[in-house]
Formats: sequence, structure tokens, C-alpha cells
Amino acid sequence: MNMQQAIKMTAAESALVDAYTAQIGDLPGDGAVLSLRDTLVHELRTAGLPTRRVEAWHYTDLRTLLRSVPAADSTAFSERVDAIVPGSSVLSVRNGQAELKTIPEGVTARSYSESLIDGSAAAGLAVLGADDAIGRINGGLVRGGLEIAVAEGAELKAPVEIQVVQSHGQAHTRFPVSFGAGAKATVIERHLSTSAEPSFVSSVSDVTLADGADVIWIILQQQGPADTHLGQIRFDLGKDAKLHLFVINAGGKLVRQELHGKASGEGADVTLRGINLLGGDSHTDVTFTLSHEVPHSTSTEIIRNVVFDRAKGVFQGKILVAKDAQKTDAKMSCNTLLLSDEADFSAKPELEIFADDVQCGHGATVADFDRTQLFYLLSRGIPENKARAMLVNAFVAEIVEELEDDEALVEALEGVISAWLEKHA
Amino acid sequence: MLEIKNLHARIAEDGTEIIRGLDLTVKAGEVAAIMGPNGSGKSTLSYILSGREDYEVTEGDILYNGESILELDASERAAKGIFLAFQYPVEIPGVATMQFLKVAMNEQRKYRGEDELTTPEFMRRVKEAAANLKIAPDMLRRPLNVGFSGGEKKRAEILQMALLEPKLCVLDETDSGLDIDALRVVADGVNALRSPDRAVVVITHYQRLLDYIVPDTVHVLYRGQVVKSGDKTLAHELEANGYADIIGAAA
Repeated sequence: MNMQQAIKMTAAESALVDAYTAQIGDLPGDGAVLSLRDTLVHELRTAGLPTRRVEAWHYTDLRTLLRSVPAADSTAFSERVDAIVPGSSVLSVRNGQAELKTIPEGVTARSYSESLIDGSAAAGLAVLGADDAIGRINGGLVRGGLEIAVAEGAELKAPVEIQVVQSHGQAHTRFPVSFGAGAKATVIERHLSTSAEPSFVSSVSDVTLADGADVIWIILQQQGPADTHLGQIRFDLGKDAKLHLFVINAGGKLVRQELHGKASGEGADVTLRGINLLGGDSHTDVTFTLSHEVPHSTSTEIIRNVVFDRAKGVFQGKILVAKDAQKTDAKMSCNTLLLSDEADFSAKPELEIFADDVQCGHGATVADFDRTQLFYLLSRGIPENKARAMLVNAFVAEIVEELEDDEALVEALEGVISAWLEKHA
Repeated sequence: MLEIKNLHARIAEDGTEIIRGLDLTVKAGEVAAIMGPNGSGKSTLSYILSGREDYEVTEGDILYNGESILELDASERAAKGIFLAFQYPVEIPGVATMQFLKVAMNEQRKYRGEDELTTPEFMRRVKEAAANLKIAPDMLRRPLNVGFSGGEKKRAEILQMALLEPKLCVLDETDSGLDIDALRVVADGVNALRSPDRAVVVITHYQRLLDYIVPDTVHVLYRGQVVKSGDKTLAHELEANGYADIIGAAA
């Protein structure tokens, strides 16, 4: 008989498996969903959390870094929070409970637990690969979330804010969102915490853009200083679809945000902009993979990192260009300001190109302040601490300014950045 | 207003001595021109006056209104009224021009114990000064110096100078890269600031700017020293005969 060797589970691994065991019979799902959950949790039990020996997790050894996982608490309660951009439609999941009060015109939405119960969610629960620890944890334990569809041709005037609020304990949420052909929308996926007690959050968004859809998707992570956030967004773009992804990490203790996508239609265009504001003892990882599968698709990725204290940051960016994907144009850059001797950032840009007629490039810089810029501000009478704060702010605000078409959005995001900097710098 | 006494200074990083025993006095109300061939230390002098940390003073002193400023950092010197118009104004993407102007004006006021400007008062001052310098409002909406032409950058420097109302203005090669019309606008801006309680140090390579900003004194800098001083006729002499005679006499 071939016995599978069981590893000795860490406290965090045990806590996750125990959370599952404790909720058996209570977690929503039809037969297919429930047996998938079993498989995923079994994999977690046998393989454990990924370590540095797994290439995709080399810089974020989850097994070592995740010391503990708070127990799920079904009595946790959070107040609703005001939208970050005034006038947005807020669809919230608070401590796992979906709330669908303000569904804008052109949008249909239902609670994700319904999709689990009727089994339509089953296909989407599959992991992306053996290393997909986030998909595995989330698929095993997911309870709340929203399934959202934006109608063909709908142009949403105000942003939709998907608000995920957690006070403490665990939350495992999922957001399948589809945009019909030619739809135009701005979505803000916002994760925040209402208490300093630890939370463990996993969240997977599964986003499809039909031909010609034009979407700005912002992931704004503002968890508390003791929180673990494991986020993932999967995306797929049809012909001439445009996706502008924007990730802002401004919180959390242990954070991994993955973005995995495909440009499946010719003329598809992906923009990734990332801002990591890192301080304290936090560890934050942004991992991006994009596969250009057809000719004439384009992408640009710019990541800006500001690292204070003993914080550590990671950016992994991988662009794959399939054999037939000629005329792909892809550019990636990662720039970091290290603002203390103990701050640390690892950048790993990768290109895998199988086509021969493409333009791809990447670059990474780590720097201190530009001395000439600093002197210029000082020479106008601006004191050094203020001048430094202005330059840090400028370093990241430059990225936000690209969203200039929506002034309220730019103002809101700049507000998040300056509030964070005021607190940490 | 400004007294530089036996100043010696070097590049902090590699110890190269640039200023070698420089003496210069500029009185309130005076416009002093500093001329000299490339590499004579003109720009270095402007940086040292404004407190750039890349240079080290090894000997001598700089007195401003009778007090040594060597221990003050660049922002303190600015708040006390020393202004440098840069030869190459610095682009800072992500910093809005208006925000920069407001912070600079208010920080200087704070340092001097004055109230901050109200927003309407700030706007009024900027509008007025910008109009005098023929600066279009859309230029002020851009990030600081980003995408400005050479002439626009120089006009923006003079705009800052007009708004900050310094007592000692140092203009480093403000004429470089300017066409004749822009030169006139910039010169008018500087002349408008001439007053009995303000001194201007004009650093330039060419006589041309001095036709518009007429100096009271002219000083020739060579190898980190003032080798000759005179009135405005000295500038004309240099224009006609070049630096060779003076340098030859000094060597």
C-alpha cells in the first residue's frame, strides 16, 4: 500500500484545516462544490503551505511567515464604511455577509453563496496550478462574495466599490465579475479592517472582459497592522478589450496580491500600475503573470515602492508571449525608494518569449532620493523633512495622475497615499 | 549685505578644490555681475551660497547681513532671504507647480514667524506675478518644470523669485538658452525686483544679459578667485578683448 506521508503541520496550517473541519456541514455548496472543497483542503493538509523551495513563493515563504491564523468568528460585526470615492455604488461583504443594496443600472449582482449552493461556482473553484496556495485556501473555505455582471454596452457613470470589511477572525471571499462587450466601468475592490485585532483574509476575483470592454479595476488594500491578506485576481481579455489594473497596498502585516491574466483577443491592452507603501515589520508581495496569447496585444506594468522601517517588499512580474503572439508590445518597470537601512525589496521581472517579432522590455531600479530634486526644494525654503515627504509622495502620485480622467478618483487615491505617508514617514 | 572672505571650498565627494581664496562684497541695492571663463567656479559659488551639501567650505566665511551662514542648511538660508535661480531648473514629476509654490511661500513665512497666506491671497499673488512674466495659467497646472521649454523654465524661476521676495538674489546663467524676447521678459522681471534693500548677483558668461540688467559692479572669477573688479565698463572690455589679458595678468 502506498501511504502518503503526512507532513507535520504548522500552527497556521492546522488552524486552516481546523477551520474547515469545524465548518463542515455549514459551508455552502452542492455536491460538486463540497467534494472540491474536500480535495483542496486535503491538498493543503498533505502539501502544506508553500515554502521558499517553491519557485513562485521563493521570496514569500508562506509556511514560515504565516505564524498563526485567527479562528473564524461568525459573530464578528463591522459597520459599513463610506465609499472611498463619493457617489460610488457600494456592494459590500462585511465579515462574510454580502449586502446588495445599491446595484447601479446596467449591473446584475447576487450573493456568491447562491452560486456555491446551485453548483455554478464549481468550475471557478479549480486552482490555477500546483503552486496556487491562495486558490486552494480560498476554494476550501470560501463563504461570501458577489457575482456581478455588467451588461453589454453599459457605461457606468460612477465607480462600483466592492467593499470587503473584516473586524477580526477569517474571511474568504470570491468575486466573479463579467463585463459584456463594450461595457465601460471602474471597479474599486477595497479591503479594509475595522479593528486592530488580527484578521486572515483570502479573496479571489475572477474577471472577464468581453470584446471591447474598457475597465479600470483598482485593488485598494488597507488592512490592519496585524492582518494577513492573500488576494488574487484572475483576468481574461477579449478582442480590443482594455483593462487598467491598479494595485495599492497601504496596510497589512503579511500580504500577497497575485494577478494572473491572459490577453486572449487581438488588440487587448493590459495596464498594471502598482503602489506599495510599506512600513513597520510588514511583508508585502505583488506577483503578476500575463500571457499574451494572440498577436497585437499590448501591456505595460509600472510598480512603485516606498519602503520604510524593517518592511520587506517583493514584486514578481512575468510576461509570457505565446509562439503565435507576434507584434506583442510589453514593457515592465519596478522602481523602489528604500527609506531605511533595514528596508528591503526584491524585484524579479521575467520574460518568456516564444514569438520572434515582439517588443518586450523590463527594468528595475532601487534608489534613494534624487539629490538635485531635494536640493531644489530646500533652496526654496522647504524644510528637509517636508521636502522628503513631498518627493516620496511625488514618486507614487505620478502613477495615480494617469487616472486624470476621473478627478474624484485621483483625489481619493492621493488622499490614501498622503494619509499613509503622514502616519509612517 | 553679502561678504565673502577668503573662501576656500571643495567638492565633498572627491576633495577637488574649486574656490581658492575668494573675496567679494555686495551691498544692499547693488547689482553685481560675476563673469569668468568656463570652469572658473561661477556655478559652484552659487551653490555654495545657497547651501548645497555637495560642497565643503574648508576656510574663510560667508557673511549675510553680518552673520555667518555656513552652519545654516539650504532651506534656512532661503527662508532668511537668499534665492538661487538655477541654471538648470529641476523637473519634479508628481509635484504640482501650484502646490509647490504654496508650500514654499508658507514655509518661509512660518520660519519668519508670519501667518500663512490664505488661498485667495496666494492665488491673487500668483496670478499677478505670472501675468507680469507672461506665464500662461496652463503652465502652472503642470507638474513642477515638467515639459516646460527652456524659456518657460527660466521664467518660472523668476516667478518664484518674485513670489518669495528674497533679499539676496543669485542668478546662475539665467540667460543661457533664452532667445532675445524671453531674455527681455526675464530681465524686466529681475529689474522690477531691484530695490535699495535687495542685492542681486548675476552670474553670466556673456555681456548680452548685462545690456538688460545693468550691473553696478563687475567681478571676474578665475580659478576660484576674483581676479579683477570694476564697473559695468569692465564687462564691455571683456566682451571686446576676451578673458586672456586679465587672466594673463592674474597668472
